[in-house]
Amino acid sequence: MKPEGKKRIWSEYQKDIADDKFYFVRSCIRQTFFPGSDTTFLKILREVLGKDVYENPDHTTCTGIGYHTEVVPFPTIQTVVARNFALMREKGYVNYTPSCVTSFGIYTEILETWHHFPEEKEKTRGYLKKATGREFEEPENLAHTSDVLYKFRNEIAAKAKYKLINKHTGKPLKVVDHIGCHYAKMFPSKGVGGAEYPQVLAGLVEAFGGEVIDYPERRHCCGFGFRQYFVQANRGYSISASKKKFESMEPFQPDFIITNCPGCNYFMDRWQYALGEMEGKTYGQNGEGIPVLTYEEVAGLVLGFDPWEMGMQMHQTDVEPLLRKMGVEYDPDKKYKGPNGEDLGKPMSPRFVKENA
Amino acid sequence: MKKVAVIGGGVTGLEAASQLAQMGYTVTVFEKNSAAGGHVSKWDRLFPNRRHSIEVVNELKSYLNGNPAIYLSTAINKVTKKDNRFQLEAYNQVFEADAVLIATGFELFPAERKEEYGYGIYDNVITSAELEGMFKENGYPVKRNGDKPKRLAFIHCVGSRDEKVKRPYCSKVCCVTAVKQAIEVKEAIPEAEIFCLYMDLRMFGPGYEDLYKEAQQKGINFIRGRLSEASELEGSRVLIKTEDTLSSKPLKMSVDMVVLMVGMSPAQGTDELIAALGLQPNKDGFVEITDYHLNPVKTKVDGVFAAGACTGPNNITDSINAARSAAVEIHKYLNNK
Repeated sequence: MKPEGKKRIWSEYQKDIADDKFYFVRSCIRQTFFPGSDTTFLKILREVLGKDVYENPDHTTCTGIGYHTEVVPFPTIQTVVARNFALMREKGYVNYTPSCVTSFGIYTEILETWHHFPEEKEKTRGYLKKATGREFEEPENLAHTSDVLYKFRNEIAAKAKYKLINKHTGKPLKVVDHIGCHYAKMFPSKGVGGAEYPQVLAGLVEAFGGEVIDYPERRHCCGFGFRQYFVQANRGYSISASKKKFESMEPFQPDFIITNCPGCNYFMDRWQYALGEMEGKTYGQNGEGIPVLTYEEVAGLVLGFDPWEMGMQMHQTDVEPLLRKMGVEYDPDKKYKGPNGEDLGKPMSPRFVKENA
Repeated sequence: MKKVAVIGGGVTGLEAASQLAQMGYTVTVFEKNSAAGGHVSKWDRLFPNRRHSIEVVNELKSYLNGNPAIYLSTAINKVTKKDNRFQLEAYNQVFEADAVLIATGFELFPAERKEEYGYGIYDNVITSAELEGMFKENGYPVKRNGDKPKRLAFIHCVGSRDEKVKRPYCSKVCCVTAVKQAIEVKEAIPEAEIFCLYMDLRMFGPGYEDLYKEAQQKGINFIRGRLSEASELEGSRVLIKTEDTLSSKPLKMSVDMVVLMVGMSPAQGTDELIAALGLQPNKDGFVEITDYHLNPVKTKVDGVFAAGACTGPNNITDSINAARSAAVEIHKYLNNK
C-alpha cells in the first residue's frame, strides 16, 4: 500500500463544508436504531464546539426510501425536498445538514438534477407553491453530518479525553470505516475523499489516533440494499452481503467498525447477531462481535461522553469490549438504566456472540 | 531552400523529417523532451515480431545528420502565421518555416484516473509501460518487494472505450500489446499463471492473430470481462473482480500483479498548439484532419499538417505511413505555393 497515492486522491476530493449556522435534519430510521447519535451530534456541535445548530420540528422525511423502492414518484420527492429547503430559508439558515446518508444522496441528486435540468426545478417550484404556498431557494451549502464532524475533527481531537489507542498494547485501534453507498458512489465529488477511497471517516479515525483497515470487500454493500431488504424474499441477499464483508475483514482483526449511514450501522450491528444464531459464527476477537459505531458515538467516546447516555446499550453487538480497550470509564451497572435510574429491562443474550468475554 | 518545422521527435516526426530532408527541404525537428524517439524508445520489444524497439529508434535517429536538425528540450509555445510563413517560438527563440507538421504523438492514459483499479495506491498494480521498463531492466517483471510474480492479470482497455473517463475510443494497440507482453512474461517465468481480461480482442494487423494463437497455445487464459475493482490483500497481492461475460458468472481471483493496458490520450500541450494555429481538436481531443479517406494528414489551415498518434491512436506502422504521406503532401503544398 502506498499511502501517498491515497492522499493524492483525497486531495482531489475536498468539498466546502460550512463553518457554523447549521440547519440540522434528522434521519427517519436512525433514532429508532441508535437513539443517542443525533443527540450526540447536537451536543458536540453546540456544547463542545459552540456552533449554532437549528432543528425544525416541521421537517419531514425526504421520502428517500419510498423513492428508491419506486413508491414515491420523482416529482413528489422533489417537492418534498423543496419544502424542506423552504423551511430552512424561512428560519434564516442556508447550510443544510442531514444526518442520513440516503437523504444526503437524495438532496445531492435533486440539486444536480435542477442544475442540469432547470425545467425540473421550475416545475417543482410550481408544485410547492400550489401545495403549500411556499417558495424555496437551494441551500448555499449541503454537507452530511459526518462531513461536519470531519471538518472539526482536529478541534475534537484537541479536546479528547481518550484516543483510539488500545490501552493494553499502546497500539492504534484497528478500525473498519464503512461509508454508506449514497454518500459518494453516485456523485464522487460530493463526498470527502471521493467514492473509491473515502476520507470522511478515515480522517476522523486518524485524527483520533486509530488506524484504518483496508480490506478487500471495503466497497461492498453493508447488506441494506433497499431491494435486498425491503423485498422480504430477497433478505438472504442482505445477510449474505453482510457476511461477505465480515469474512473479508475478519483476518485483519478490527477492533470496531465505524459507519456514516443509518442502515449500514443497523445491518452490520444486527446481522452479526443473526449470523451468530444461524451459523454459530462470530467475527470479533475471543468469540465476541465487532462493535459497530456511528461517527458521533466515536467522537462522543473520544470526548469522554457516557456511553449509556449516548444510547450505546442499544447496539446488538456489545460495545463493552471496545470501551475496555479504549480505557473508557463507565458503569456497567447503568447499562440498562434510564436517565432517572429506572430499569429498562435487559435483553436476552445471544447464544453465540459473546458479551463481556 | 524552403523550410519545414516538425513539432515532435517521435517515430512520426523523425520519419517525416528524414523524408522531407531527402526531398531537399531544410527540416528542423522540435522535441520537448531531452531525447528523441518518443514512447517507442521506452519500450523493450515491439509487436508483432518482438523486434527490439531500440533498433527502430536508432535507425530513425541516424537520419539526424544536420538536415534534419533537431532541437531537444524545446517545446514550441507559440506559432503564428503571416504571409504564408510560420513563426515558431520556443524560449525566446524564433524559428521560421514555410510549412509545419504536427507530430506531437500521444500520452499514456493516466491510470490513476481509474481509481477503482488502485494504480498508485496498491503495491503491485502497474501499467503496460512500466512492464516494458521492467523487461528492459531485468528481462522479467518484478513485484515491489523484488520477487517474480507467479500469477498475473492483464487488464485490457484501461482508458479506452470507457465513457466514464471520457475516453470512448479504442486505442488500437493495447490488445496486441497485452498478448505480446503476456507471452513474454510466460517465456520469462514459465510457471506463471497469466490471465487477460478483455472486452473483445481487436487483432487487426498482420501477425496479430498469430500472436493471439501463440498466447493461447502457451497457456495464457483469456477471460471476456471488464475489471470492476481491485483491492489489496495481505502480502500485497491483488484481489480482482470481474464478470466472465461468456459464462455470465461473477469472478473473483487473487493475483500477484495486475498490469493495466493503458490507452492513448491526446498529448498535453497539443491543444494549445493547435489552438494557436487556428485548428480544433476532434471530438476525442486529437488533432482534427479534414479528410480521413483521401488526405489523412491535411488540416484545415493551409501549410499545417498532422501525422501519427496526434491525430488518434496509431501503431508504429501506421505512424510511419502517415509520416511519409505527410512528407508527400507537404512537398505538393510547397511546390504549389
